[in-house]
Amino acid sequence: MSRIHVNTTVNGDAVDYLCEAEDTLLDVLRDTLDLTGSKEGCASGDCGACSVLVDGRLVCSCLVLGAEAEGRTVETIEGMAEGDTLHPLQKNFINKAALQCGICTPGILVAAKNLLEKNPDPSEEEVRYWLAGNLCRCTGYDKIIRAVLDTAAEMRGAA
Amino acid sequence: MKFQSPQTVDDAIAMLAADTNARVLAGGTDLLVRLRSGHISPSAIVDIKHISGMRDITQEDTPEGSGWRIGAAVSCAEMGEHAGLVAAYPGVVEGAELIGSTQVQGRCTMVGNLCNAGPAGDSVPAMVAAGALIRVAGPNGTRDVPVLDIPVAPGKTSLTEGEFVTSVFLPARPDNASDAYLRFIPRTEMDIAVVGCAVNLTLDAQGTVTAASMSLGAVGPKVKQVDASAIVGSTCDDASLDALAAAATEAATPIDDKRGTIAFRKDVSGVLAKRAAKIAYTRAKGASA
Repeated sequence: MSRIHVNTTVNGDAVDYLCEAEDTLLDVLRDTLDLTGSKEGCASGDCGACSVLVDGRLVCSCLVLGAEAEGRTVETIEGMAEGDTLHPLQKNFINKAALQCGICTPGILVAAKNLLEKNPDPSEEEVRYWLAGNLCRCTGYDKIIRAVLDTAAEMRGAA
Repeated sequence: MKFQSPQTVDDAIAMLAADTNARVLAGGTDLLVRLRSGHISPSAIVDIKHISGMRDITQEDTPEGSGWRIGAAVSCAEMGEHAGLVAAYPGVVEGAELIGSTQVQGRCTMVGNLCNAGPAGDSVPAMVAAGALIRVAGPNGTRDVPVLDIPVAPGKTSLTEGEFVTSVFLPARPDNASDAYLRFIPRTEMDIAVVGCAVNLTLDAQGTVTAASMSLGAVGPKVKQVDASAIVGSTCDDASLDALAAAATEAATPIDDKRGTIAFRKDVSGVLAKRAAKIAYTRAKGASA
């Protein structure tokens, strides 16, 4: 069977690719487009390491088919920094040691950025609930939550 | 495997009827997991998201009835962001919003939760209590089916070949009516209900319950409708709530498993029935104030 031709937008750039019907968006991002920032942790939507935005909506890219991206807008961790300038969340994750092995980090950054865009002043509880679908097996959760809250405060101050 | 994106309901029916091994895709949060784990190997995926109305929440007012119509591909997150729907049916929305993580919420749908036919689906009891109607389209036309008639056993629905669900209809309620859904899980998030309970009730101007319905999840092979007449005619005082709890405990037919024993689940059914009724009552009073 011939492969499916998909036209989409990834991190602001028009992109087209060929995929099989069963390929997930995560497969396409990593294996076809060479955007390996999104990680495959569980491949069942439980861990959040593959979090991306599709039309501005936070989703697990392992639970989206590559073919579904036709005509949509996809944003991944690779689009988070502007050139060499890191996003404030990225800076704070480094400065505050909010990562250990780093596998969960891209998904958490994508999810946290989406939260702060919707709610610039989240409570700790709101951050914890929002990120409940992002598992960190090094269990460095407190530093992650604090880095998100500190970034939110910093970004509100800068605004 | 083929990937198909029909633009109309008729095209989708034709694709599903022509290939009985085709599967419907809306949110995909269950379908893709099964696909990837090899539990299913469909010959085609029929993505219904491009069909008009599938992603819409609309208020309907027709001779057949007024209420809210929620398209089959509306994500639970979209329901939670819809102020009008949240105000009209807070219990239905809170059930839908308990499914999975933020990421799963962005994709999962109530219809998927229903058609998955798992006994513990969090969005299902509040739909039952609301008296929701499920619109099913198929080769023989369209039919509106009570929620309770869709699941028949764990993993099995009453849908026949070529049929799929296009929307959920929540009938309009009087102003002084509301609903609530509660579930018990051993943690605070990202878990499957050990017991789920929804209560839907209507009050008169004096705050007396004039109509009530209740539904339990996770305590039988499929969702249950339970007699809630114990609180009708009351103001949800302690004695009538105790009677409601007893009815819930009596109606629950759970299994023993690692998430809860039969005795525990029956007891929790009663506790949740009381609490959900209290919340629905408070909301209904607030709505009429």
